Amino acid sequence: MDKLAIELCGIKLKNPVMVASGTFGHGEEAAKFVDLDKLGAIITKTITLEPRQGNKPPRICETASGMLNSIGLQNKGVKDFLENRLPTLAKYKTPVIVNIAGESAKEFEELTKILNKEPLVKGIEVNISCPNVSKGGMLFCFDPRATRELVATVRKATSLPVIVKLSPNVTDIALIAKEAENAGADVISLINTLWGMAIDTNTHKPKLGNITGGLSGPAIKPIAIRMVWQVAQAVKIPIIGVGGIMTGADAIEFFLAGASAVQVGTANFVDTQAPVRIVEEIKEYLDSHNISHYKELVGKVTA
Amino acid sequence: MPIQEKCRILDHQKVAPFHFKITLVSKYISSHAEPGQFVNVRCSQDYDPLLRRPLGVHNVNPEEEIFELLYEIVGKGTELLSKHQVGQEIDILGPLGNGFDINKDKKVAILVAGGMGVAPLLYLAKFLRSTIHDPRSIHILIGTKTKELILAEKEFKTLTDNVIVSTDDGSYGKKGFVSDVLLETLDPRTIDASATIYACGPKPMLKAIAEIAFQKKIDCQVSMEARMACGIGTCLGCVINTTKGYQKVCDDGPVFDAKEIVWTS
Ligand SMILES: Cc1cc2nc3c(=O)[nH]c(=O)nc-3n(C[C@H](O)[C@H](O)[C@H](O)COP(=O)(O)OP(=O)(O)OC[C@H]3O[C@@H](n4cnc5c(N)ncnc54)[C@H](O)[C@@H]3O)c2cc1C
Ligand SMILES: Cc1cc2nc3c(=O)[nH]c(=O)nc-3n(C[C@H](O)[C@H](O)[C@H](O)COP(=O)(O)O)c2cc1C
Ligand code: FES
Repeated sequence: MDKLAIELCGIKLKNPVMVASGTFGHGEEAAKFVDLDKLGAIITKTITLEPRQGNKPPRICETASGMLNSIGLQNKGVKDFLENRLPTLAKYKTPVIVNIAGESAKEFEELTKILNKEPLVKGIEVNISCPNVSKGGMLFCFDPRATRELVATVRKATSLPVIVKLSPNVTDIALIAKEAENAGADVISLINTLWGMAIDTNTHKPKLGNITGGLSGPAIKPIAIRMVWQVAQAVKIPIIGVGGIMTGADAIEFFLAGASAVQVGTANFVDTQAPVRIVEEIKEYLDSHNISHYKELVGKVTA
Repeated sequence: MPIQEKCRILDHQKVAPFHFKITLVSKYISSHAEPGQFVNVRCSQDYDPLLRRPLGVHNVNPEEEIFELLYEIVGKGTELLSKHQVGQEIDILGPLGNGFDINKDKKVAILVAGGMGVAPLLYLAKFLRSTIHDPRSIHILIGTKTKELILAEKEFKTLTDNVIVSTDDGSYGKKGFVSDVLLETLDPRTIDASATIYACGPKPMLKAIAEIAFQKKIDCQVSMEARMACGIGTCLGCVINTTKGYQKVCDDGPVFDAKEIVWTS
């Protein structure tokens, strides 16, 4: 098991496989299927200060080797999260990282301060990259200055590790990553979903109620790999790779590109066992390649 | 509590031009599935289609440890499923969702199926028949577009004599929509407001049934559909609009009280 243990910005992980925000509920819903104690970390569904009802349906549509979603950050708000959701995770040993979003830097700051006091929360993932909300979200990640100011605000509001989750919907991902690093981010996670759209040729209507949505799944993996690789050249802080990971081999690819850990998202919908299976598959890979610790692979792609 | 397991195919029959009945082996699902619940089926081992496809539990036989699904080929997932051979295994997640709320005090049950809506209603009819109801108090209405799409008629007829079949084009049984047939059946001389309507089918049909039930002050439960990703309540992708706000079809439903559905959206 030691082949997989790692400390990431002070958070001790038994393995580098986490579940991605929004694809695992708040953890407890999926606990019927997966032993949460076998996961590296649980990243909870984005929470906001106030409840959000989310976007109008349909919210999902399948595309070639992927899916579009336009959930729109539906959640019951931080109060409900702290009262009803977070306590259900107390019985597990796996670290809980809480993903947050807001419409203004002030909202992010307030949320961070509230979470800072919670002993169960081991880290904060700042979602500045959701393509499904009109205010906040992507507005921050498009703009290097807004990114820097927001990350600095969150940084000041907490002593917890700050993970900044980036959007792929930008021209220069390395530039945004550097801004986040300079503003005090401990870790960069990427990528969130790619902004996409699909149209029903029978009705001539968009397939999603929100018209556009975020693309995820195997279809986006090459883009995620490329971006992790680019960001790894640009920053010194660790990177968590996300995007289309279905197997242990996919995770290895992210390590080689420069990711120190990975998140499994859409794969959870296809196979409830995906994250634990991926841990096993990484182990098998290390054994069969005589590698003593997966960290030896990080950033080792040879051009 | 649902599980994910590989189920062996015991039988797989074409029952209409684009319709198949598949019999799967599972001790767990056959003994735990309730009428109105569904399973989420992985139709491909590959990534296309990627997501599982929800199908209602059509029949169970816990003694023989088998259950059945009845499905129509409408796209890639169901097409791939239809190619599976007896002896192969498929990856199933289930049983999922909240099934029909079977009200034991009600004396009369009216089951209304439109098109593929027969799938979950056969199991419901069997269940009602084996638990509480006198066969004379179970009324079954099956409506389809045309004669060759009528499914499970024989099976329903072994449960009760009160089976009324209708086709939109009049090629078999009564001519017209199943909702019109329902209005006739609801003749107060045969049925009073103590009945419960259980309906499954296309949304416009469910809406028409819900309106009739509302006017006649009869309880009505409808099985709703939505595009799904997880099927277990984690993705929030399958919501529909209800009087309680957005509700998840996969785990708040798929069966809802018809009065709670906001039909316009
Ligand atoms: C709870 C539940 C129970 C169901 N039970 C059954 C059943 O017992 N038997 C059965 O034949 N079907 C059932 N369905 C519908 C079935 O899930 C879809 O037909 C199937 O997912 C289509 O997959 P596909 O890949 O073949 O088609 P796709 O290529 O995904 O789609 C083909 C066409 O069908 C439409 N479509 C697909 N899925 C749905 C859906 N869920 N709702 C509305 N339109 C859809 C698409 O818009 C498209 O036009 C059920 C659906 C739900 C939500
Ligand atoms: C249905 C769905 C909901 C999501 N919700 C969130 C969310 O609330 N917050 C967030 O930061 N990312 C969210 N994501 C993005 C994922 O966490 C992940 O970054 C993305 O899907 C790419 O990874 P994947 O291809 O493995 O799914 C969501 C993705 C999906 C498919
Ligand atoms: S399908 Fe994911 S919440 Fe219903």
